[in-house]
Amino acid sequence: MTQLAELARLIRSKNAGPFELTFDIMFDDDATYQRVKRSGTLTREVIAQCYGLHPDKVKFFFCDHAFAIKASIPRPYYQGDPLDSDGHGGQQYAPLMSIEIA
Amino acid sequence: MDEIRVLSPTGVCGSGFLESSFEKGLALKPHFIGADAGSTDPGPEFLGSGETAFPLAAIHRDLRLMMLGARRLKVPLLIGSAGTGGNQIQLQKVADLVKQIAAAESLSFKLALIEAEQDKSYLKKKLQDGRITPLDPAPEFDEKVIDRSSHIVGMMGVEPWQKALEAGADIIVAGRSSDTAIFAAMPVMMGFPEGISWHMAKILECGAASVVQRKTPDCMFAWVRKDHFVVQAPDTELRCTPQSIASHSLYENADPFKLIECSGTLDLTHSRYEAYSDNAVKVTGSQFIKAKRYTVKLEGAEKVGYQSILIGSVRDPFIIRQIDDWTQRVTEKIHSRIKMVLGDTLKPDQYLLNIRIYGKNGTMGPLEPVKEIKSHELCLIFEATAPTQAFANTIAGIIRHQALHLPIPEWSGLITAIACPYNQMERGAVYKFNVNHVVEPATPTEMFPMRLYHIDGPSTKEITQ
Repeated sequence: MTQLAELARLIRSKNAGPFELTFDIMFDDDATYQRVKRSGTLTREVIAQCYGLHPDKVKFFFCDHAFAIKASIPRPYYQGDPLDSDGHGGQQYAPLMSIEIA
Repeated sequence: MDEIRVLSPTGVCGSGFLESSFEKGLALKPHFIGADAGSTDPGPEFLGSGETAFPLAAIHRDLRLMMLGARRLKVPLLIGSAGTGGNQIQLQKVADLVKQIAAAESLSFKLALIEAEQDKSYLKKKLQDGRITPLDPAPEFDEKVIDRSSHIVGMMGVEPWQKALEAGADIIVAGRSSDTAIFAAMPVMMGFPEGISWHMAKILECGAASVVQRKTPDCMFAWVRKDHFVVQAPDTELRCTPQSIASHSLYENADPFKLIECSGTLDLTHSRYEAYSDNAVKVTGSQFIKAKRYTVKLEGAEKVGYQSILIGSVRDPFIIRQIDDWTQRVTEKIHSRIKMVLGDTLKPDQYLLNIRIYGKNGTMGPLEPVKEIKSHELCLIFEATAPTQAFANTIAGIIRHQALHLPIPEWSGLITAIACPYNQMERGAVYKFNVNHVVEPATPTEMFPMRLYHIDGPSTKEITQ
């Protein structure tokens, strides 16, 4: 098992508009990307679990040309709302870093 | 026309670009220059207040170079989402800069200003007619929300831009626009395939963001042809690779394959990316699926109130281990003290008290999976939001005194529980986004009135249409 952060060239989070957060998990090359994709250990359900959400709330994509895996979730608070803690959504990816890839 | 060439000086007008790259871009003879100048990303206060996220001096610097370049080549310059939010105040601020620059540089041209701020009675009528529908997720949107809003803008598609181009405008400054519409307007108008045109626009609207390693905000260039487009950075040290260009559709989009615009959906499912040279990429196969109904996305911001904050930190391990209990007790104390001081002049439902705990879940809030606090110190931010700044300041003063001396069972005697680097601070008016809906206009241009001006150095004359 290897942690996702050791395999990815970049794991990031960002606003996708004021109402959604999006996560990009990007790899250097097709081989590493395919390894993670085919492992079956990075799924919609795993992302949902990281953020305490029902899998239905998670949009999940394999992006073959970009060697990237992408997920989007609703924001817990809309961007800039009084209780929002991350206006740009840039620091919400940390739980993804330690996902174990078979 | 076999080819249309496009120069994007930067991802946001005001974020800067290298003059050397811009000159290289101009040497490639673009048919137009486009720049996005706004976003919701800096937060609701810009749309709400009319302030600009980038300083006006920084916008002036970029705008001046773009105007000089566009007038030298005699090609149109398209600036969209003027002044961050693209509301009427912000459009006017950027229009004033355009006029100042024209006067200082003795430029003469036809200027089009396209408004995106929405009339409240128009929106209420559309609401009554059932022509405003929510996206997912969306806050509640009704007539009260419309009334409370400081500003609501519509995000225009290509048609208002095309109308300005058809009117012969040399420089077009528009309020809120789809970022991609700025760049797709002319190629679509000239009959280039919509899929190719919109995809090129999606890449170019972010300037050089899609190169392998961007050093600084900079220029991007595209050649749009009958069945493909080629993209390359004018600074040839910046490399585009098939992966870097394919990756760009991920950035700030919830869905990397389908991008929804007013008139349809850009579908990248079948896009193909290939190296065209060492630093250029050729893209084919992108499709644009026309929508059955034309929709314009709304963005709105309303004032939540006025805010004052207090920053304090905790180092005592006794307090840290009971921080949730401590903050709950201090919250109760603050509420009862507010009632004692302000009585009925400020009821509990008229103000908001929020405590952020950094070192626990300050960054991720409810999304934080780590429950155990391992830090030897915590930072607390106390926020008071109220209908007036005076009320917010009063509450913040109460917070400071209550938090300083709230006792814990482990110690007997008067304690000082938080370390404050400075006293409470005013944050002024705070805003929130209040709409994520689309409206169906009768025509693509009815929400976006255009004015035309003849600018000759310091003189401005409105052209009646």
